[in-house]
Parts: sequence; structure tokens; C-alpha cells
Amino acid sequence: MSEFFQQIINGLSLGSIYALIALGYTMVYGILKLINFAHGEVFMMGAYSGYFLASGLGVERYTASGGSFPLGLAFVVLVGAMLASALLGVTIEALAYRPVRSAPRLTPLITAIGASLFLQNAAMLLFTPNPRPYPPILREVRFTVGGVIVTNIKLAIFVVAIALMVGLHQFVQRTWTGRAMRALSMNMDAARLMGIDVNATIRATFAIGSALAAAGGILFGLDQITINPLMGVLTGLKAFVAAVLGGIGNIPGAVVGGLLIGLAEQLTAGYVSPDYRDAITFLILVVILVLKPEGLLGVVRQEKV
Amino acid sequence: MTLLALDRVDKVFGGLRALRAVSFEVAPKSIFGLIGPNGAGKTTLFNVITGVYRPDGGHVRFDGSELGGLAPARIAELGVARTFQNIRLFRAMTVEENVMVAGHKLQRSGVLSAIFRTTSHANDESALTKRARELLAVLGLNEHAEDVAGSLPYGSQRRLEIARALMLGPKLLLLDEPAAGMNSAEARELERQIRFLRDELGVTIVLVEHNMSVVMSVCERIHVVDHGETIAEGTPAEIKVHPRVLAAYLGQETTADPPGEDAP
Amino acid sequence: METAANKPRWALRALVGAGAVALIFAAGLGVQAGFVEYVQRIILLAGINVILAVGLNLINGTTGQFSIGHAGFMAVGAYAAAFTGVHLAPHVAAALGAGGVADAVTFNLALLVGALLAGATGVLVGLPSLRLKGDYLAIVTLGFGEIIRILLNNAQFLGAATGYSGDSAAGLPTYTSFFWVYFWVLVVVGLVRNVTFSQTGRSLIAIREDEIAAEAMATPTTRLKVLAFTLSAATAGIAGGLFAHMQSGIRPEDFKFDKSIDMIVMIIVGGLGSISGAAIGGIFVAVTLELMRDLQQYRLVLYALLLIVIMLVRPEGLLGSRELGLAFFRRAQKKPGAT
Repeated sequence: MSEFFQQIINGLSLGSIYALIALGYTMVYGILKLINFAHGEVFMMGAYSGYFLASGLGVERYTASGGSFPLGLAFVVLVGAMLASALLGVTIEALAYRPVRSAPRLTPLITAIGASLFLQNAAMLLFTPNPRPYPPILREVRFTVGGVIVTNIKLAIFVVAIALMVGLHQFVQRTWTGRAMRALSMNMDAARLMGIDVNATIRATFAIGSALAAAGGILFGLDQITINPLMGVLTGLKAFVAAVLGGIGNIPGAVVGGLLIGLAEQLTAGYVSPDYRDAITFLILVVILVLKPEGLLGVVRQEKV
Repeated sequence: MTLLALDRVDKVFGGLRALRAVSFEVAPKSIFGLIGPNGAGKTTLFNVITGVYRPDGGHVRFDGSELGGLAPARIAELGVARTFQNIRLFRAMTVEENVMVAGHKLQRSGVLSAIFRTTSHANDESALTKRARELLAVLGLNEHAEDVAGSLPYGSQRRLEIARALMLGPKLLLLDEPAAGMNSAEARELERQIRFLRDELGVTIVLVEHNMSVVMSVCERIHVVDHGETIAEGTPAEIKVHPRVLAAYLGQETTADPPGEDAP
Repeated sequence: METAANKPRWALRALVGAGAVALIFAAGLGVQAGFVEYVQRIILLAGINVILAVGLNLINGTTGQFSIGHAGFMAVGAYAAAFTGVHLAPHVAAALGAGGVADAVTFNLALLVGALLAGATGVLVGLPSLRLKGDYLAIVTLGFGEIIRILLNNAQFLGAATGYSGDSAAGLPTYTSFFWVYFWVLVVVGLVRNVTFSQTGRSLIAIREDEIAAEAMATPTTRLKVLAFTLSAATAGIAGGLFAHMQSGIRPEDFKFDKSIDMIVMIIVGGLGSISGAAIGGIFVAVTLELMRDLQQYRLVLYALLLIVIMLVRPEGLLGSRELGLAFFRRAQKKPGAT
């Protein structure tokens, strides 16, 4: 029984990371109806930003002597990586998506694939393809609760993820930009006519989504111990499936989807076979698109003829 | 004898009731007009009849069959053809090819024959080309047969849509604002063509149109909708002076008298 | 129907066909004699790529349904052909005596089995997926491609992750030759061209241009989309079978998403919707693949930039949806019996 709860804990923490990434996909799709293929690479770059920032701030020095990295500096690493990724996301939008915003839907799909491919391989050239161990920004502390192993890292994932999601919710509901984002996702032309700065709002969307993904990247690195330039490919895809599962364009949906995918993956790995942990996500994708393409929390949209 | 009958058709989109209990009957070989202010639901009616939307209530009966719930391709096969309010041509193909696409009835051979280039495939291609050219001639588009559809002037594109719809060999032709963007001379020519289609090809025509002179000139019966509901039906003479119709279009209660103090 | 009139028509075609085959055979001898191994390999890969590109173009370009997981179908074809070949060979050799003829028969039967199975997989994937539009379809096909790869990775009887190399220590028999590659290039290009320049092809283009209008014109859109998808899966299967017998073994690794990306680059460079464009794109990818063999990362960076730049600067690719010598094709289409 405790094994079951172990899987649940692991699944929820993995799912929280997927949720953080899925939010970026869902917000961009909600407004632009575009799958930001490069988002997985933004997640990866966030993890690497954290890596280099932590190294730059001397994480080795602290941990070598048996101490731990100061929490304040850990916070700096997190914020720094989020800012770096936000910048990256906005740049991708400006170079690969904005120029083709009015083109037929196929064109931005291709530039998105191109952007993703470019970042993966640029990362492999810059960082070498070898997996790197993640700096112990948080030193792992384990404790056992009723037969279930919980680490402070898993707790940190929950805390950070929840904090960020609550923050996003407040942002989208209470601020001007947040409201503009919602308006844009409902009707871009009407929003433009109401005087909303479409370009700035889209930039903000990419910035926020990318920042969340970066947070996910750092948490992922801490949890999974190593990072590599291709880590964004599979994880990004799974997060996208999570967004679709919850209802693409739907923010709470992304969270629900993320957690469900994390649970499904962990339970499959634990009870069926670790070989199929990736396959279950694709299976869920196929099933949801065939049975309920608008997702669990989504609404059917009728096309105007 | 009715070719097309709508029986209390409803259509709802989320919170919006686009059509409410709309009913009318169209006699075979007649020219029937459907008018109403913008947003009245006319194109929605066309979309329900042709299967793009499923009716949420009521029935659509055509030539003995119930159309409600059938797929658009099936409804087209049964003999209902249409043009679109915002022209939907196959822009990258030539004018002739656009018409040929609708030629499924004339086709006997399938993809295997096409792969092996059998005689029956060649015969089908001939038949399609021949019929397409005939229809292009009727609509005055012969000389453009090899032109790319997207390069045609607006009025010609509208006529091409009609030629393409006719390729289906339909019993019923739904025309959605065919006179849009036409000047007087072109509109008169369109009226002549509409009458020709009915008289020579035996096609029953339902016409959605804003150009009142065209409507009054060719239609034998007119059905008026506003905000998704029927507000009047009758002959052109009756509709011209109908107070509710005038109110809907002019936005205020008027009588049949010539414009007086309240005229804009 | 009219068999008397058919005879001279078919006799003429048989003659032209035999001529083409003889030409390919002669070219094959020339290539073997005139070029080094390295260049020969590029020429073979180019041919395989042409088959991949022309097939993929049918569904992505002509029909406008964007599939990005086609490597999965290539994998199915490769494995099916390899497995069939290995198990069929002894039976065919027993019936026809060991030697070139038996090999040719085994090989082509294996290729056809690969195509059939890949096509069947295409139907399975296409039926649920083709109701979806644009981005969703792309992602689902990507997902299916990955599912196929994961299944192959775990299929013990096919060697799982280490790959399949038949029963003997020497690996898979290298049946693939210039002749067979370009024979099948001829068949596939001819097939796709004949489908494209017909009422079926017109209907496919109509689906791409405006699916709603196509439906309003009684086009059976779902059936045709599945047909195009299945044909393109089957041709990818043929390419897979040819690819498998060029090397001693195949692994699921050979059919990663990277392969699907290669295929996309082929048709984007040449121009979506153009058969000759797809062929040019296929050749381009084969050449860059071999020339940049040691610089894999740079090759992919190049492809990535190419995809972005082409979309920004010239989205229609090299030829757009035009064909080389379009006038020739059009005339042939208009005058029945001119073939």
C-alpha cells in the first residue's frame, strides 16, 4: 500500500512539473492557435540557465565543504533562470512566429518545428550532448512518512509549482495584461478594436509561459539529477499532451492535465513496465483526441461557415 | 407538391438562438427568395439545409428524404447544391478544374482506373471536361477555362461558384448573395441567368439576396426572416409593402405610404 | 469493355515500360562502374528519399493534411520487409533454385508485404486521426509515430532495441541495388502522378483548398483523406524495405522523429504539392545527409534554419505547387488516349 502512495507522490510531483510547462503551451495556443513546439526547448534552456547560474554563484564551493547552498541564492538562481527563459521565449516569438502570424496555419507549424530543432541542436553544440549532473541548489533531505519516501525536493516542487500557479491565476484574473490575454484568446479582432496592444500582450504571454517552464526545468533537474540538451523533446511533448488532455487554451485544464499525465506515467512505470512509461502518454493523446478533442475541461467550438 | 420543406427548424449556438421555428415550403421549379436584415439567420438556414449545421429542432425535408443529421456530402449527392456568401473556390485550381471537381455523378471509374489509366478513366475525363465546358458557357466563363480561379475578378468568381454547383446536376440550388458586388448591368445578366437555370435546366432555386431589385424581379415567393424568426411570406408585391418587413429593414414602424415627415 | 481498342494502347505501354526498365538497368551498370562506393550510396539514398518525399507529399502537400510521424510507416515497412524476406527466402530458393532470380522474387515480395503492412497501419492511424484539423492532426501523427517506435523497441522477436538483422551472422541480405531503387522510384512516381492528375487528385486538392466547399460538392472527404494517407504510408513502407536491405540491420533508432523531420524538409524545400519538387527535396536531403555525415548536429541546425528561413522568405519552396514541365503533364491529362 505504501508503494502505491509512493507512486502517487512521485506522480504528482512529476505532474506538477508537467503542469508548469503545459501552462505555457495552453496560454499560447489559446491566443494564437499555435502549438509552440519550441516550448520544450525553453524548458530545457531554463534548466541549463539554472545550472550555469548556480555554478556561477559558486554552488560547488558551498556544497564541497558539506554545507548547503543558501536559500537566498537558490531563489536568485530560480528568478534568474525564469528571466532568461522569458527573454528566450519572447525572442523566439519575434523571430519565428510574429512574421508569419497572418500566414496559413501550416507555416507557423513549420517554423515552430524549425525553432525547436534549432534550439535542440544549438544546445548540443554549446553544451555537448552528454548528460550533466544538476548542481545541488537544494541539498536532498529524505524523510519517510508511513513507509513513503518524501524528499525536500519533492516538497519544493509542490510549493514552487503551487505558488506559481496561484500567482498566474491572480495575474490572469486581476491585472490588465491578464485580462487582455483572456480577451485575446476569446476574440482577437474585438480585443484589438478595444484598444488592446495585441503584440505586447502576446509577448507577455510568451514571457510568462517561458518563465514557468524554466521553473519547471530547474525543479526537473533537481528531481531527476541530470539534464541533457534533448530533455525538452519528450518532456515537452508530454506536457503538450497534458495541455490537450485538460483542454487546450484552458488554464486550469493545463494543471489538471499535467497532474493526470504525471500520475498515469508513474503508475504505468510502477505497475505495468518502465518501458511503456512514455507510450502511455501518447496513448492518452490518441484516446482524448479521438473521444473528446476539446479536452476534459474544454468547450466545443463550432466553426463559422 | 413540395420539393423542399422546412418544418419549425431551430438552431442554437451556445447562448444564441440563431433560428426559431422557421418553416416554409418551396415548390419544384420555382424561384424562392429568402431575405432579411444582416444577421437574420439566412446563411444559417442554408447551412442547416446543406448539413453544415445539424438542426436543434424541427425537420428539413427534401424530395421525400429527411435531411436533418445527414452529412453535407450526402445531401449534395441527393441533389442539393449551393454557393457560399464568402466565395469558397478552390483557388489554386483552374476554372475548369473547379467545376470538374463537382462531377462525381458523371464518374464511373475509381482511383484504380486512374492509376492504370484505363479507357474508362479516359472516358470519364472526357465527359467531365465536356460537361464542365457546357456549364462554363452557360455562365459566360468559357474564355477563362484555363485561368487560375483565384485570379478571376470578383463577379466571375461568383459565377464560377454557380457553374460548379450546377455540375452536381442538382434539383435544388441555393444561391447565397450571388449579386453581391455587382453593378446594375451585371445584376440584370444574373437575373437572366437565374431564369435560364430554372427554365432550361429545371433547377429549383432558393435565393438569399440583399439586392432588392434582383429579388423582386426574379422571385415568385419571398420568405422574410429577422433575428432568426419568420416575419412574413408572400409574393414580391405583398412583401414590398408589408409593414413588418419595412420595419425590420428601416428600423422603424412605417406604413405603405410614400416617405413623409419620418423619412430619413 | 472495348478490349479491342485496349490492345494497341496496352501494347504501347508495355513497350514504353520495358524501355524504361532497360534504361534503368543500363544506368545502374553505369553507376556501378563509374562511381565510388560513397557516391553510389548517396545515389541509392537519393532514390529512397524521392520515394519517401513523393509519397509524403501526396498527403501533406496535395491533400493539405499535415502528418509529421511518417517515420513510423517507414519503420513498419522496413521491419515487415526484412522479416518477410528472411523467412521467405529459403522457400523461394527451394522453388526457383538459389540465385539472382530467387533473390529478386524474394525481395520484391518482401517489399510488397512491407508496403501492405505499412498501408494497413496507415488506415489504422488515419481513420481516427483524419477527423482532426491542422495542428492536432500533426501532433497525433507524431504520437503514433512514437508509439510505433516504442512498440518496435520492445518487440523481442524483432530484436527490440538492438535491432533486427535476420537469422544469419552476415546480417540482412543486401538486395537493394540501383536497379531496384530506381525501378520502384519509377513505380511510385508514376502511381502518385496518375493519382494526382485525375478526378481523385482534383478532389484531394479541393480538400486542401477548402474542405467545406469540397464536401458541399459531394466529395467523400474522409474516404479520400484516408486513401491519400494510406498510399503515402504504403510508399513510405516501400522506402523502408529498400532502406533495410541496404545495410546489415535496422534498429528502431533509425526511425526516430529525426527521420520524420528529414521527410518534412524534403517536401518543404521542394515545395508542398509539387511531385518534382518533392523529388528535388529528396535528393537534397540525401546529399546533405552523406556530405555532413560526421557533422550531424550541424546538419540538423542547417535543416532547422532552412525550415524557418524558407517559411519566412519563400514558403512555397522551390517549385511551389508547380511541376517541372507542367505543360507536358497537363496536356497528357486533357487528351485521353494520348499516353
